[in-house]
Amino acid sequence: MTTVSARLGALARRHPWVVFCCRRAVRLTVSLFVVVTASFAMIRLVPGDPVRAALGVDAPPDLVAAKRHELGLDHGLSAQYWRYLRHLTHGDLGVSLVTGEPVADLIRARLPATLLLAVLAFACVLVVALPGGLLAAVWTREGRRPRAELAFTATTSVMAGVPDFVLAAGLTAGLAVALRIFPVAGDLGPQSYVLPVLALALAPTAVLLRIVRVETLKVLATDYLRAARAKRLSAVPLYLRHVAPNTLTASLTVAGNLLPALIAGTVLVEKVFAWPGIGSAMAQSVAAQDYAVVEASVLVLGSAVLVVNFLVDLALALLDPRSVIRET
Amino acid sequence: MVLSSPSPLTPRATAGRSRATRSGWSTPMGVITLVMLGSLAVLAVAGAVLWGQAADRPDPSAVLRAPTASHLLGTDHLGRDLLARLLSATWLSLLPAVAATLLGATAGITLGSLTAVVGGRARRLLGALINLLLAFPALLVAMFFAALFGAGAGGAVCALAVACAPGFARITQTLAAKVAGTDFMAAARVLGLRRHRLLLRHVLPHIAEPLMLNTTVATGSALVALSGLSFLGLGVQPPSYDWGLLLSQGLDRIYTEPLPAVAPGIAIVYAAVAFQLLGEMLAGAAARRVRPRQSEEPALHPARTGVPEAADHVLEVEDLRVALPTAEGVVRPVRGVTLALRRGEMVGLVGESGSGKSLTALAIADLLPDGACATWGTHRFLGTDADSLSRRERRRQLATGMAMIFQNPASAFNPSLRIGTQMTEAVRAHHRTPRAQAVEQALAQLQRVALPGGRRLLRSRPFQLSGGQRQRVAIAAASMMRPDLIVADEPTTALDVTVQRQIMDLLHGVRRDDATAILFISHDIALVADACDRVLVMYGGTIVENLPAHELATGARHPYTRMLVASVPDLATDRDHPLHTIEGRPPDPCGTAPGCPFHDRCPHRVDRCAVESPVLSALDPEHEVACWQPLAPAQFHGQRETEEAEQ
Repeated sequence: MTTVSARLGALARRHPWVVFCCRRAVRLTVSLFVVVTASFAMIRLVPGDPVRAALGVDAPPDLVAAKRHELGLDHGLSAQYWRYLRHLTHGDLGVSLVTGEPVADLIRARLPATLLLAVLAFACVLVVALPGGLLAAVWTREGRRPRAELAFTATTSVMAGVPDFVLAAGLTAGLAVALRIFPVAGDLGPQSYVLPVLALALAPTAVLLRIVRVETLKVLATDYLRAARAKRLSAVPLYLRHVAPNTLTASLTVAGNLLPALIAGTVLVEKVFAWPGIGSAMAQSVAAQDYAVVEASVLVLGSAVLVVNFLVDLALALLDPRSVIRET
Repeated sequence: MVLSSPSPLTPRATAGRSRATRSGWSTPMGVITLVMLGSLAVLAVAGAVLWGQAADRPDPSAVLRAPTASHLLGTDHLGRDLLARLLSATWLSLLPAVAATLLGATAGITLGSLTAVVGGRARRLLGALINLLLAFPALLVAMFFAALFGAGAGGAVCALAVACAPGFARITQTLAAKVAGTDFMAAARVLGLRRHRLLLRHVLPHIAEPLMLNTTVATGSALVALSGLSFLGLGVQPPSYDWGLLLSQGLDRIYTEPLPAVAPGIAIVYAAVAFQLLGEMLAGAAARRVRPRQSEEPALHPARTGVPEAADHVLEVEDLRVALPTAEGVVRPVRGVTLALRRGEMVGLVGESGSGKSLTALAIADLLPDGACATWGTHRFLGTDADSLSRRERRRQLATGMAMIFQNPASAFNPSLRIGTQMTEAVRAHHRTPRAQAVEQALAQLQRVALPGGRRLLRSRPFQLSGGQRQRVAIAAASMMRPDLIVADEPTTALDVTVQRQIMDLLHGVRRDDATAILFISHDIALVADACDRVLVMYGGTIVENLPAHELATGARHPYTRMLVASVPDLATDRDHPLHTIEGRPPDPCGTAPGCPFHDRCPHRVDRCAVESPVLSALDPEHEVACWQPLAPAQFHGQRETEEAEQ
């Protein structure tokens, strides 16, 4: 045991990147395995008979039995699990209990819309919050402009408190129904992205603005910034070269943590805007008790979150190589 | 009410109010928070009682009505009044949120605090489990479990509890790890306390406060998440209702009637913001900053006048004062400092911690923290009066004429920038030196401070260098601009003695080669006496003595300098006797008492010392002292001899 850990330690010192990537890959694999298992378990664990629930209470028993056979629910659990994994490797996610269409087709048709929404919203969060938080910190540092600080704190805390689906409803009522500036629902070209992206991005932007401000204030108080001030650099190089890179790691870590919640938030926002994405498919399937689609949506969204987490970790490690050394 | 009544309760009530003032509850933000929470509590209790029946009474004659005077928000598809439903749903929305948070907090805190008391391997396993659970967004987990437990209020509460437990587990784990590392936990373990007793008696009480704060904030999120679940159809099922379900039902008719969807939305936001503000108030209560008022400074030390401008002076400062506003009031750490440096002169500024040395240096370099206020009688740098320059000109003059070396080389370099960038950016910005040429200069300077590695060193980052190497780089960087003055603020304090020696030699080299004046700040009087030409002794924010370094050992005239010198042990010091110390404590920098700052520690004080503070005045052209009765040089020898004779 000791020799193994000693050898691992030596390996970590020599090849920190290899060890780091292996660790993260193992973590990703285990998490993906959990998601797959959870989505497999879902249809088998829901109370009552999901097949009968989907087909309706008055469906003939032989139809239900045929459907159960078709889904493989009449085999032993281990056989079912094996079959599920085998199908998954071929991209087969089963068929919808209600429409009988392959779920994979539905996912394939709807995933891009959801991803585009999430990516645009995340880009908006970064574009607004990173410079905004920096400016807010420079403006309100060391207690100067206390009124601006109060306004910033109050605004961002209210913004962060507004749930995305409520905001979506409010935006629809105000800008789409009353003022008719933007389309009410659906994907009808670039205009229709504005409201969903706004609804998704507002709360994370507020959270990130506050984090960036706090991180920037910390950097502004450091010794090395005083040393940089002693060089009398002008404001732009001072803040962009000396402050921004040092706030970036912490800020992007937080932003990376906001991203999964943002992906999950698409489910609710898509329902409001009848967005042709996975989230609205999931919401409809929940209502129709079509658990085949629900479990596939959970699988896809869950995996998306895990892959995004993995990529964010890698990006942060590239940005701040010290974190690799720290961890290994 | 209580405050205005002349009851015996009044003093206690007043004390309570002053406490509230300090913790911020009487600020506008605090009042708003309390009002919002209070209204929620009242609605939660009274809503169901007052409007519960109206909320459930169907009216087939008034189905899906638009807002009118009798139905302010209109009616739903069964003709029930929406306002009544909204108000009586307060209880139905808040209670499950609180229940889910408490359930999740209990589970999460148990899981997290277990990590503090179990063995190493179990701890790693638990940590990995928490990490794994945290990888999934809470909302997605809640949706999954809500579907699994079956749609309904009970299922949603359980699902949410499962979803928020990992967050609590992580926070508890982090906090408990801090407690587990403390000495009293080690002591408790040595005493052989059982694990569950350790947990209940020692770990949980110490982390209760942040956990409670976190629970408050989590309740707000739980309310939102539960509404979201109901909105999706996974939460509360009709005929029961909560805000989320009302919002969902309102959304179906938003195209014709926005209000039934907007009103429940506002209710959700209102409650969420109330909890968020409560969390912020609780978190901010401890760390609230008070902005002190500026008060008039009493003129303690009369300004010295009549110092003629000397041609070879790099820096002349007269009657420099610094005021720092803090929570306790205005602190005056520098109270009338006067000093001058000639070209190529190395002057030591010594004094104990808190005597104002570093702030003097920062004030000279115009680098005081925001809020600090510096005033001076004269401030002349390179023969130009600081007041006569515009802000821009002064920045330029300081950029090219003055460089600073800071105490801690570990924190004086920007961790994310390469050494090369940090060395060359000043010359590139102010002398417009091209990049390649600046790199050549930097290489030459590195050579001068005897740092091998050249270009490889320029490409490295600060964390790859040792403390001594970094201070050498700092000296090299400071001499890049060929400044007329280098202010070195305790440049050797953080280094070991051999490296200290090398750094001092380097500073001597810089002074010799470039004729740079160096203001060397230190608390180490032996080092200063050894390295500098002249020594300024600082006490209580003023210069008490200015003398040539070679006279320090024998010719000091101020009692403080004398005692400072006597407190330094050398090889001849008798080890059987305790070392000399200076009795008493340094003066309070907030204090405004008149008189000499040293008088209450001074063995030679006279009556005048307590009422009037002495001014730095010349004994001879090279020696100045601020004392009403400077000691005679001979008396010092005598004293030493008597002591030696006694021994």
